[in-house]
Amino acid sequence: MRRWLSFHAWLVFAFLYLPILVIVALSFNQSRFGVRFTGFTFDWYIRLFSNERILEYLTNTLIVAVVSTLVSTVLGTLLALGLVRYRFRWQNALRYLLYVPVVVPDVVMGISLLLLFDVVRDAIGWPRLSLFTIILAHISFQIAYVTLVVRARLMLLDPTLEEAAKDLGATPWLTFREVTLPLIMPGVVSGALLAFSLSLDDFVVTFFTAGPGSTTLPLYIYSSVKLGVSPEIHALSTLMVGITILVLLLGTLFWRKRS
Amino acid sequence: MREAATPWERLRQMLLTIGPGAFWLVLFVLIPTLIMLVASLMSRGSLGQLVPPFGLHNYLRFFSDPLFVEIIGRSLWIGFWSTVFIMLLGYPLAFYVAQSRYKEALLLLVVIPFFTNFLIRVYAWIVVFQKEGLINGLITAFGLPPAELLPSTFAVYVATVYTYLPFFVLPLYAAVERIDWSQLEAAYDLGARPIRAFWEAIFPQTVPGLFAGFLLVFIPAVGTFVIADLLGGGKVTLVGNLIQLQFGSAQNWAFGSAASMVLMAMVLLGLWLYARTQGEKGLDKLV
Amino acid sequence: MEPTLFRGRRDRKLGDSLAVHLEGVTKRFGEHKAVDNITLDIRDGEFFSLLGPSGCGKTTLLRMIAGFDTPDEGRVIIGGKDMTQVPPYLRPVNTVFQNYALFPHMTVEQNIAFGLRMKKMPRDEIAKRVQWALELINLPGYEKRRTDQMSGGQRQRIALARALVNEPEVLLLDEPLSALDLKLRQELRVDLMNLQERLGITFIFVTHDQEEALVMSDRIAVMNKGRIEQLGPTEEIYELPQTAFVAKFIGDSNLIPAKALEPRKVKTSIGELELDKEDALTPGQEVLLSIRPEKIRLFREKPNLPNVFRAKVDDIIYTGSENQYVLLVDGQRLMCDTLNQDIQEPGHEEFTYDEEVWVALTPEKLVVIQGGAEGSNPYA
Repeated sequence: MRRWLSFHAWLVFAFLYLPILVIVALSFNQSRFGVRFTGFTFDWYIRLFSNERILEYLTNTLIVAVVSTLVSTVLGTLLALGLVRYRFRWQNALRYLLYVPVVVPDVVMGISLLLLFDVVRDAIGWPRLSLFTIILAHISFQIAYVTLVVRARLMLLDPTLEEAAKDLGATPWLTFREVTLPLIMPGVVSGALLAFSLSLDDFVVTFFTAGPGSTTLPLYIYSSVKLGVSPEIHALSTLMVGITILVLLLGTLFWRKRS
Repeated sequence: MREAATPWERLRQMLLTIGPGAFWLVLFVLIPTLIMLVASLMSRGSLGQLVPPFGLHNYLRFFSDPLFVEIIGRSLWIGFWSTVFIMLLGYPLAFYVAQSRYKEALLLLVVIPFFTNFLIRVYAWIVVFQKEGLINGLITAFGLPPAELLPSTFAVYVATVYTYLPFFVLPLYAAVERIDWSQLEAAYDLGARPIRAFWEAIFPQTVPGLFAGFLLVFIPAVGTFVIADLLGGGKVTLVGNLIQLQFGSAQNWAFGSAASMVLMAMVLLGLWLYARTQGEKGLDKLV
Repeated sequence: MEPTLFRGRRDRKLGDSLAVHLEGVTKRFGEHKAVDNITLDIRDGEFFSLLGPSGCGKTTLLRMIAGFDTPDEGRVIIGGKDMTQVPPYLRPVNTVFQNYALFPHMTVEQNIAFGLRMKKMPRDEIAKRVQWALELINLPGYEKRRTDQMSGGQRQRIALARALVNEPEVLLLDEPLSALDLKLRQELRVDLMNLQERLGITFIFVTHDQEEALVMSDRIAVMNKGRIEQLGPTEEIYELPQTAFVAKFIGDSNLIPAKALEPRKVKTSIGELELDKEDALTPGQEVLLSIRPEKIRLFREKPNLPNVFRAKVDDIIYTGSENQYVLLVDGQRLMCDTLNQDIQEPGHEEFTYDEEVWVALTPEKLVVIQGGAEGSNPYA
């Protein structure tokens, strides 16, 4: 039985990784077209780095990711704390509201935000679609993920630890700072890393909430690919995949810490 | 965590923690949905923007015009079969990982594609399926004529399964990891043969995970537009594409909103069903 | 040594047929031998216990009878048939699991009916039997309840019903009472015992709680490190331990190293002790003497009895119903249990700290353990 399971599992893993590996391989391929490997080269990477526009897109992407991650991590952590510690009337409603960004198709999220910005702009003349709106959009789904991760971590926390702190004279704030926060920090960090990679990779929501001049890398990849794949895109993709994996590994290590 | 002295203090603390996050969610999730709802009831202005009169005409059009019904049908069909296939692929995988000595490493292996840029994962299939792509490269190496795999519905299926498979495995894995195997032994002890015993004692324990996984796959799969856009050419139009067009070239925001609301309604229905049958939802991302 | 046996259990007439016969059964996990060459007979209709500390192999042995593990060596014979390689769902044996393993998604009656369903019994027949089972465990009317809302004691009984309703040849119980609190355990022990007697099904009971084993069993196999230390009727296990391990594991015991001077006289650190007319030792032989705390007699005035010594009360442990005295005799510690009967008669006196008393070790109650390698007085 186990052997069949194993066979099946590894077939699935092969399926999951094959396309990515093809791209990585082709990013080093000397020839521009086709799949025959004609030679190993870093050319495409070099071209990538000397492309000014791409550097601009990279900067945009990073700005969006960093800012949105910071905000969503803070908001999400607080929200998780509140949800776990308190009982109140609309608790369930809030919980389900939280699940919406996770389950809903990106398109719906994207256009709902587009509509929101449009309505607000009609009313007060601001904001225009730009990096700012992208950031606002990203935070909106990142919050959900961060909250879920931190909440999971919080529920593992032994409540008697906080009681002990209070018994020894710590005020609520001190209890939080000295006991609660350090203990959930791994969860907070991995939530933040999760949010970060979600922002880096987001396409659909960004597509609807970006304005001219606020292109991010995923948007660039999309318009590029519509014209046809190219090795530079492969190179860019390989780098992005690499970074994502790195961020993921870091996140896992943090989650594992004092788990 | 914070045992406040007075009810006011408690309220203050509560607002401090939940307030900002809840406020954000209301402002950027709830309200836009409501706006979308209202928009769906409006009509198209000369430039495609939203004008009165209000009415259900968009919905009527959506559900009666055969063109759109076909699109809905195709989206549901592709979404459904992709999900079924994902479940078939993912169910054994979850067990394999949960029972392995290296389960954390394997889980990571499953999760990595989940976090990789969605676009990259989709366009990778272009590379695989295109005329000068991987598959054709292999086929022509055997002297056979190249196959026209792109654009096609088949490619859309493959890419959909590929893209959403990790979404299914994660919640299912959470359920599988918690399985009480002593129930299987009890079933054996009481005379059930292996397959029967699995069905009676183990499978029911995975149902919550299956349900969650199904929701997390089916709904996004139905609403996706990128996959059909990149791999289906003009041939495959799904609801997602339809919506995107309404906000793009077709310039009919009202209608697009209506279509979106339909998808949103599916989401809410799914969540409600899940809440009804499962109670506490454990959508813990095991990163 | 007089055999004062079979006072406790009603002397049950059990036949000669064997429910289970284990022959040379060995099971290894990696390098470690969990079960080491065990040969064992369990008679039809008896209440048999496997008793021992954690890790002694009792559960592994039970699982091999159930069919969840296969022995590396040896045979498992149930009801006269070799079932060593037979899977659990084909054995006429049912198990009550330690964690009950009830199916949470099924109601009480669905749980109980499960085995009958597997046998493809007709529905009305199943319904009748489920009724019978529920009455047996004293939970009539609970059919439609969900098992996760029930108390530990109730779930244990349901697990029992689920197994018994299939009328197995042998019922295996893996520490079924360990998760319950004391009063409940004591109640259920008696219930189980009576149930077994009523139904006449062979029970094989695994436990680490020796009191449980003593109360319920006809025979006990005391296990340690994969082997059987001693196998015998309950009273024999208690009154006549054959090894130091058994003496120490079951109840409390005073263990005194001794060297034989004559066939019935030994030399110990306390002094010279006379043994019972049944004992016959080789002079020079080194043995261990075991005497149970309740068998030691204390007096204020020197009694006219054999094996009498002076001792000092070093410590007193009051348990409510008993006074447990820790006595010091020439550096050797002895435990003595007396009942708090508040009768001021010779042999029933109460003593205080540091008081000097006379200790009498009745020869008949001194049990000789051959080759006392397990060591010396644990209280030294």
